[in-house]
Amino acid sequence: MSAVTRLRVSSLDLVAPVLAGKITAIARLMSRVESGGGEVMGALEEIYRHAGKAHIVGITGVAGSGKSALLAKLAIRLRAAGRRVGIIAVDPTSPFSGGSILGDRIRMNELSGDPAVFIRSMATRGSLGGLARATLDAGDILDAAGYDPVLIETVGVGQDEVEIVQAAHSTVVVSAPGLGDDIQAVKAGVLEIADIHVVSKCDRPDANRTVIDLKNMLTMTVAAAASAPAWPLPVVATSAESGEGVDELVEQIDAHRAFLQRTDGLRERQRRIAQWRLLKAAEELLRDEFKPQQEGGGRGRAQLIDAMTAREIHPHVAARQLIEPARRGTEK
Amino acid sequence: MQTDPIRVLIAKVGLDGHDRGVKIVARCLRDAGMDVIYTGLHRTPEQVVMAAVQEDVDILGISILSGAHMTVIPKVLDLLKEQEAEDIMVVAGGVMPDEDIAALKEQGVQEVLLQDTPPDAIVDSIRRLVAARAPR
Ligand SMILES: Nc1nc2c(ncn2[C@@H]2O[C@H](COP(=O)(O)OP(=O)(O)O)[C@@H](O)[C@H]2O)c(=O)[nH]1
Ligand SMILES: [Mg+2]
Repeated sequence: MSAVTRLRVSSLDLVAPVLAGKITAIARLMSRVESGGGEVMGALEEIYRHAGKAHIVGITGVAGSGKSALLAKLAIRLRAAGRRVGIIAVDPTSPFSGGSILGDRIRMNELSGDPAVFIRSMATRGSLGGLARATLDAGDILDAAGYDPVLIETVGVGQDEVEIVQAAHSTVVVSAPGLGDDIQAVKAGVLEIADIHVVSKCDRPDANRTVIDLKNMLTMTVAAAASAPAWPLPVVATSAESGEGVDELVEQIDAHRAFLQRTDGLRERQRRIAQWRLLKAAEELLRDEFKPQQEGGGRGRAQLIDAMTAREIHPHVAARQLIEPARRGTEK
Repeated sequence: MQTDPIRVLIAKVGLDGHDRGVKIVARCLRDAGMDVIYTGLHRTPEQVVMAAVQEDVDILGISILSGAHMTVIPKVLDLLKEQEAEDIMVVAGGVMPDEDIAALKEQGVQEVLLQDTPPDAIVDSIRRLVAARAPR
């Protein structure tokens, strides 16, 4: 039997159905964004103009800390309150095969085919920092389609993998009991990025210890940063098994949003996100321009590489010479 | 320029209790460079279809060992149609007699892979199906 065919719709033609909330259109536009390329850019420009209403919440923490299970519970509570919830769950791409296993949905089995909870799994495809290249554009698509909040689950964080803090309005850091002696947020160096701390799996007897340790750590670091505006950094103990603490977490997320709106915080974060996305986009442009396999490119690239290999010229100097023509726009 | 990983959602529908087999398949597909969304055990057709649509997968692989394939899979095909997502290709896996295979293919299932199909053959047939499909 021959494969089913459907007329290929241009990305621009997907924008109207996306704004109307059509699931297939949202999903397809996300795939186009993941593929990259110029065809989708016009659509993304439209989407970007329509987005900016949703509260973007980052959920981070080491692998196995219970982020996905918690997200499922959060989504159920938010749904019960009549809200449409977008979820983007990022998992790592295997550096060996380029493939990935995206398993976050395993924990989300209670979300029973409800179109008002849009879950998208996304592989990093080599991006570092806990997000995929397409994550924030996908967030914009959900935002423009009327999902609010948009919850982003990062890949398990380790040191330096904290891009989410540049990309979200509120950042939730999840630490679980029993994953070693240290509080994972401390070990991963992400204690300071949290707007809300969660100790997950509080149905476990050792969770109390983790809560106490974390609160102790926080009194020390928060005292050190006394100049910060008055957001009382909460520690919420949650269980995805019993549901304990999930309501409180919803309240805290909403409270943080309200806090940002009340103070100048929201504008500040919006600007921080914009600045970061500007830099990422510029980086990507440069990378595309100078892809090794690309024909032509900057003037004298081969010579620059030769000179670097011979240690005659520093990479920094060579890079300047490489991008100089592109900056002047005289040579492509 | 089809450099994107093939996206496959693997679901187990029905009551049969273990997922060792599908996990092995999931790993083989990943090792063949595909993005594999695994959704866990005991899914309903509604859950599976909503997940496949939101994930915009190329292939929806449904594994059924409980013998309920002739009710579950037609239901999945119907729901996909309802969502206007018939371009997601359905591959069924499990144990079933030849006449059921023929009937399911008649209804729109692209491929049936019996339980003892070696992983390489699964990879090959998925690649073949996606290569033969029009760009979308
Ligand atoms: N006891 C208990 N186990 C949990 C809880 N939340 C998650 N888990 C378990 O922790 C493991 C990892 O959960 P998952 O949500 O996939 O973590 P993630 O990698 O951070 O997304 C799974 O085996 C879950 O069943 C919880 O609230 N209580
Ligand atoms: Mg997860």
